[in-house]
Amino acid sequence: MANTFEPGDRVWVRDDVPAGHCRTPHYLRGRKGEVLSILGDFPNPEKLAYYEKGEPRTLYEVKFSPLEVWGEYDGPATDSIIADIYDHWLEPSHG
Amino acid sequence: MASTHDHHDHVHHDHDHEHDHSLTFQPDHPDTEYDFLEMAIRELIIEKGLLTAQQIQQQIDEMESRSIENGQELIVRAWTDPGFKQRLLDDGVRVLKDMGIKMEHQPEVKVVENTANVHNVIVCTLCSCYPRSVLGVPPAWYKKKAYRSRVVLEPRQVLREFGTDLPDNVEVRVHDSTADLRYIVLPMQPSGTDNWTTDQLKPLVTRDSLIGVAPARAPV
Repeated sequence: MANTFEPGDRVWVRDDVPAGHCRTPHYLRGRKGEVLSILGDFPNPEKLAYYEKGEPRTLYEVKFSPLEVWGEYDGPATDSIIADIYDHWLEPSHG
Repeated sequence: MASTHDHHDHVHHDHDHEHDHSLTFQPDHPDTEYDFLEMAIRELIIEKGLLTAQQIQQQIDEMESRSIENGQELIVRAWTDPGFKQRLLDDGVRVLKDMGIKMEHQPEVKVVENTANVHNVIVCTLCSCYPRSVLGVPPAWYKKKAYRSRVVLEPRQVLREFGTDLPDNVEVRVHDSTADLRYIVLPMQPSGTDNWTTDQLKPLVTRDSLIGVAPARAPV
């Protein structure tokens, strides 16, 4: 599968609330982050959960700033939240 | 006689259709709807002959018998063999496979290294994903909402409550293992243990240090 994003790319997580099984935590939806690494292709667990064929999806390691995620954060700006997010949840961000 | 016969038939009739709770061991009195759901499904699986009670019990036994020995072995080898440590960080899956550690249902593993400048801590905010093959059965707090919600919101405060007070020049990285990878923290080797043997080092590798809520145990 061709990678949509490369390490260092700025991305944002789709702010969506689809019905059913999701692997993208709510607190990160609509948030901006940075791709740290490409973790590989995995059968889409959001389909496997319903015994459907899970087409492979590229999984990215994405880094978020807690201050940006929460609006306030009691710790240094270097701290981070790192989550694994599938490509169909990510859009390029130019901001 | 007729009534005895009827009664006899009746008992048999009942027996065929009733759930036999003696089929599987019930460790707790079921008290939530999920307990009842689990019990009902388990009994159906047995009744339909998909699995026997013995097979289910063997699987439970295997899951519960796992301990952090695999994790201790892994970390001590990483502390004492720089080449192994690099392979572990680069390709944890391969290293675990070579060591004969089965990662059933957990195909990928990523090991993250704690250093003097970086402290990693692991959570699964969505549920309670945990590398059982390496760490054994997860602690109860790992699955609780308090840990899962607070460690992403105020990790430094949560770490302090575990007795881990980190200075601001140490970068805290909270890994939310939301997908197909399971994370293991490679804690720092405690100072003053450079010449220790493998057997001396292993007990220093605690479960909490592999989740990242505490450092490895300091030598006494």
